[in-house]
Amino acid sequence: MGQFMISRTFYAMITLFILSLTIFTVVRLTGDPVTLMAEPGAQEVDLALVRAEWGLDRPLPLQYAAFLRNIVTGELGQSFNYEMPVSTLYFQRLPNSLELALAATLISFLIGIPAGIISAMRVNSAWDQVGKTIALLGLSIPGFWLGLVMILVFSVWLEWLPTSGQGDWRNLVMPAIALGWYFAASLLRLTRSSMLEVLHSEYIKLARLKGLPAYAVIAIHAFKNALIPVLTLAGVNLVVMINAAVIIEVIFAWPGIGRLLYEGIFQRDFPLVQGVVMEAGIMIVLINLIVDILYAYIDPRIRFTR
Amino acid sequence: MSLTTVRPAATEISAIAGPLSWLRAGGGWPVLPLGILIPFVFVAVFANAIAPYDPTEPIPGAKIFEPPFWSQGGSLHTLLGTDYQSRDVLSRLIFGARVSLIVGVMGTVVAGSIGTTLGMLAGYLGGWVDQLIMRVTDAWLALPAIVFAIFLATMVGPSMWNIIIILGAVYWTRYARVIRGEVLSLREREFVKLAEIAGASRTRVIMRHILPNVMNSTMVLASLTIGVVIIAEASLSFLGVGVPPPEPAWGSMLADGRSMLMVGDWWLTIFPGLGILLVVLATQLFGDWLRIRLDPQQRNL
Repeated sequence: MGQFMISRTFYAMITLFILSLTIFTVVRLTGDPVTLMAEPGAQEVDLALVRAEWGLDRPLPLQYAAFLRNIVTGELGQSFNYEMPVSTLYFQRLPNSLELALAATLISFLIGIPAGIISAMRVNSAWDQVGKTIALLGLSIPGFWLGLVMILVFSVWLEWLPTSGQGDWRNLVMPAIALGWYFAASLLRLTRSSMLEVLHSEYIKLARLKGLPAYAVIAIHAFKNALIPVLTLAGVNLVVMINAAVIIEVIFAWPGIGRLLYEGIFQRDFPLVQGVVMEAGIMIVLINLIVDILYAYIDPRIRFTR
Repeated sequence: MSLTTVRPAATEISAIAGPLSWLRAGGGWPVLPLGILIPFVFVAVFANAIAPYDPTEPIPGAKIFEPPFWSQGGSLHTLLGTDYQSRDVLSRLIFGARVSLIVGVMGTVVAGSIGTTLGMLAGYLGGWVDQLIMRVTDAWLALPAIVFAIFLATMVGPSMWNIIIILGAVYWTRYARVIRGEVLSLREREFVKLAEIAGASRTRVIMRHILPNVMNSTMVLASLTIGVVIIAEASLSFLGVGVPPPEPAWGSMLADGRSMLMVGDWWLTIFPGLGILLVVLATQLFGDWLRIRLDPQQRNL
């Protein structure tokens, strides 16, 4: 177990190293990030000043070292517009994004898990067809368009819900559905396939042979084991939703991390964009590492299948 | 040695949970998906001839925000209404189909070519090549695709061809992983071993023996990637970092219509979204049909 944890952590470090190298390279890909930042028509003298201020006139390896140092110290560089560390801004927005992501996770559970279970219990029945159709629509209807349509129907026409902003639960309903929609579909698929796999296993056959009632087999024996991969996916999804809800947060004016990234783009604040993207990568690599280790802890076979 | 197969991953190659019986109509042919896709492709190809107006120019004499013809205030000259510059929504939708389909197909081709090539190299050559490619794959997969795409688009600058390359660069990773996995088992097969013993070069083995055997997976993945790429393009265009105006992309049409949502100008939001929905739905269904067609083992799932 110890060795497994060390090797996993080592791989996570490598992943983060390559990620940092990628982000660093992309920012300098078009030559000069300062031209992205500066006002149109800025004088060359001003550009040179900005370049010096941001250390962009130094040799690339030195710049990369500075970038790495910013990651290791946890500051992720200074935002150009806010004039404070990107990590401070990121963690200011984190609670808002977490709130939205938790609500979206709840929505995806409410849709995905029951539909997935029913689908698996009655393969090829009408219920199964409904479940598969939901899964298909989850991938085909863009979440942000669903959000726009909900605003039209529930805010403009019916006047039931506020269009945007943060407040009580009514502000949360539409963005949570729009964000959770796609993840509901993936949760449904995984619940279904995971349940099917478990239902075909020997111990379920034994439970049935023992004469346990069907609901007990499903609820106690099958669901418990089928739930493990589902919860894993939900955990990873939660972190992805925290960091990737850019459009939903823009549409609903939700002051989260996605909106911070969006603001960074339009204020041409490249240190902010670069920092938020890096932080998102760090969070996701971390959750994957945690999940891998938990998995190995639960299921010892994993530690030895290399 | 793959890092990522530790957990049972969400079925990477599947779009929907399984075949839908209401799609079986048509004697095993993908009637519904093709029935949707063919008209869209036709319209996109012949957009110049079909579209009643120039999609980027205001219509002389037309009002802004005219509703579709069946609503009050609508006109038969502009069947689906006009936008904030009194441009014809129908013409913009038609040319928007072209943008969506070009980006969807070309982005998928770029992603599929990069991913399949790297996946084959990693799986067949193994060793440090494998390590290098798979570590980059892992790192790039760590970022949510849309965040990565937004980041690249911001830094590279918007244009349709840039978006195609960006989306290719974002979505190749899933191909690399799937194809590598397949090659790992293929390279142990006898026909590959025999080709090696017969003195075939590595290039020849990859091109003649490995590639034809992974093409099925590449095609299935591709059919499922198109929809994802189309939605990603629409998202980028919606945020203003995708296909730049005045080029009519469905995503930027949605962005234009957003401010008028509050006063109930629904057609600016509903029509472009329906376009995305129908095309993506059709490609997903087609991909699912292809998957079942190419892999008989999947038919009973």
